[in-house]
Amino acid sequence: MRQVSVAYGQSRVVHDLDLSVIEGEITTLLGANGAGKTTVLRAISNMHVRVSGEIRFSGQRIDGWQTEDIVRLGIGHVPEGRGTITQLTVEENLTLGACTRGDRNSVAGDLERVYSYFPRLKERRRQQSGTLSGGEQQMLAIGRALMLKPKFLLLDEPSFGLAPLVVREIFGILRRINMEDAVSILLVEQNASLALDLARDVYLLETGRVVLNGPTSIVKNNASVRRAYLGY
Amino acid sequence: MMDAFLHQFLSGLANGSIYASIGLALVMIFQSTHHINFAQGEQAMFSAYVALTLIKAGFPYWAAFVLALGFAFVSGMAIERLIIRRFNRAPVLTVVIVFLGLLFIINSLAGWLFTYNVQTFPSPFPPGLGNRFLAAHEIGMIAVTLVMLLLIFLFFRYTSLGLMMRAAAYNPDASRLVGIRVSHMLALGWGVAGAIGAVAAIMAAPIVYMEPNMMGGVLLYGFAAALLGGINNPWGAAVGGFLVGVIENLAGAYVVGTELKLSVALIIIVVVLVTSPAGLFGRPIVTRV
Repeated sequence: MRQVSVAYGQSRVVHDLDLSVIEGEITTLLGANGAGKTTVLRAISNMHVRVSGEIRFSGQRIDGWQTEDIVRLGIGHVPEGRGTITQLTVEENLTLGACTRGDRNSVAGDLERVYSYFPRLKERRRQQSGTLSGGEQQMLAIGRALMLKPKFLLLDEPSFGLAPLVVREIFGILRRINMEDAVSILLVEQNASLALDLARDVYLLETGRVVLNGPTSIVKNNASVRRAYLGY
Repeated sequence: MMDAFLHQFLSGLANGSIYASIGLALVMIFQSTHHINFAQGEQAMFSAYVALTLIKAGFPYWAAFVLALGFAFVSGMAIERLIIRRFNRAPVLTVVIVFLGLLFIINSLAGWLFTYNVQTFPSPFPPGLGNRFLAAHEIGMIAVTLVMLLLIFLFFRYTSLGLMMRAAAYNPDASRLVGIRVSHMLALGWGVAGAIGAVAAIMAAPIVYMEPNMMGGVLLYGFAAALLGGINNPWGAAVGGFLVGVIENLAGAYVVGTELKLSVALIIIVVVLVTSPAGLFGRPIVTRV
């Protein structure tokens, strides 16, 4: 992303942002509430925002594209609040994740793979997804994004509202997905310490501007930065 | 005595099949747009005129039937893409006016093209099909409606396109994030609803006769069906349609008399809205404000 500004209607939320996610790596985007983290993800998949500047994916400009077309490039977006379709069953949700792929034959195999990551989803495959617990819904949302066979995954606060044990489980899976399938990840998190352990690079956002970026060690090893921006 | 009752009951089911189809079409569009398509009946009526014109031009009945359904599908999509889409973010009242406008436009267009003369419409079912309770056409229209409901059910339940259409109606944002072209799904939904309506009008035409206002009363019963079954449950609307048909007929025969039949639909609408707005099979919608 180069010189990207993002607005909702007339009000600008993100200003002149430069951000890049290195292929195959996990990058995390941290910052206080209202810093514009979610907005950055929405800018990438062009959901409900007005974007100016340049956004490239694998060298190709994608700013101004329709959300559907961006997703079809292999950019999976797990939105805040998870965005599972609560009226449909778990398996229907997962199947939908693969609905734009050309290779229908390998979908069944991928479904099994998602179930191997999240066995609890398999137990509840016929259940309406609205009846799942928060953690299970988050697993479902991530699983559905994986059904896309994404090259790049946008995750918006996957730990939100979940028990610590469930969070650890989900983060373990994220690491596996990143290593085994070489999926690049852009992770927005409130839980900074967890995100910093997982990611290689970090961007720190304050009121819509990047105030710091680099390898995660610069934040981990700098107590004053941590105190100033992350509150710990 | 019992025979008369059975006759009224069964012919209520026959009328109900028409209301079920119209109710289903209304609910399909309501689910994806949260609007009631007041022009649904007129779209259906116009498609029935297309069928009649083709039959008069010498097409076999079922060929004309299929072509008219195709016309209903395409024109339904066109109405969504060319007109309704532009009022995406408009206030509800604006959209209602647009739908009413469409109702009058299609109605007048049909009168202008096909005249306001009342015409007969052929029934494709051999008279031998009838028995002492039901006429051949009544049996045929129940069968056609049930087959159509089954096909629609299988389509939405078991095909991936059907799944995508359901997803797009339930949660457009989440659907876009899995790559579904929601706007295409919306147009398709209008097409399917148009075709369902056309089946209803073509089946109703031999009974109510062909004229531009033939669907006015039927649309009202369709509303009653949709509300009784639950405005957010398509299968509820179908069941509601059959129920409304039976209630209407029995009330007409034993309670209010035929002149006041139409008011039965209005009474059902009012009673449902007052006592249980979610209908029999609908889920009440709770919104956080």
